[in-house]
Amino acid sequence: MNPLLRKFPLMRSCKEVTALVVAQEDRALPATERVALRVHMAMCKACPVFERQMLTMRNAMKQWRSYASGD
Amino acid sequence: MSATDFEQQLVAQRGYLMRFARLQLRNDAWAEDAVSETLLAALAKPQAFEGRSQLKTWLVGILKHKIIDTLRQRQREVLLDSGSEDDSFDPLEHMAFKADGHFAQRPSDWGNPEQDLNSRQFMAVLDACNEKLPPMQARLFLMREWLELSSDEICKELGLTATNLYVQLHRARLRLRECLELNWFASR
Repeated sequence: MNPLLRKFPLMRSCKEVTALVVAQEDRALPATERVALRVHMAMCKACPVFERQMLTMRNAMKQWRSYASGD
Repeated sequence: MSATDFEQQLVAQRGYLMRFARLQLRNDAWAEDAVSETLLAALAKPQAFEGRSQLKTWLVGILKHKIIDTLRQRQREVLLDSGSEDDSFDPLEHMAFKADGHFAQRPSDWGNPEQDLNSRQFMAVLDACNEKLPPMQARLFLMREWLELSSDEICKELGLTATNLYVQLHRARLRLRECLELNWFASR
């Protein structure tokens, strides 16, 4: 990323966004981080793919949970 | 249903219960105890089962409570890591990022695998990936995903700080992602 862009408070790198996407599974993000996440997602081609992987994992764990709960 | 029929049906579920007790507790002796206590509790009040359709579901419900008791009582040991490098390794550092923090390579598209997720083969891979997590990470991750406790509840039960919990869950989730990528999505 252009180092100048880093000055904007809502700019995040893919690595930071990846960590936020994972963190969301276990805690509510502060409002600034939520906005920064959406801003990044709107401009990035790679991070939305990662976000879909996390969604798939969430669905997978839901299936696993019902299989591991005798349903 | 006679008393002995009921007993036999309970004993038949032992293997199933042991599997998940082991996966969650990562300690065979604790798992044995939790499962035995579950079966004893079920034996003591067969009337509680009346009218329920699934014996397995009822037993898993009891087992989950017994397991939460064990985790609470053993909190110090539950939170002990094995001391191997695996425990402190952050999988994020292993992903394809450039020096400036941007993806060097786009993550792979896992598609929309609804059918897959229901399959027996996928469940086997997911089981294996859960088993491969380091013990402390696995316990905390499954407290979220199997016992369905909130992060706050986990911290309270174990006397753990939120920051510590989030670090462990972050590692566990990324590890599981990598394991699924390697063993399922990349090899389809």
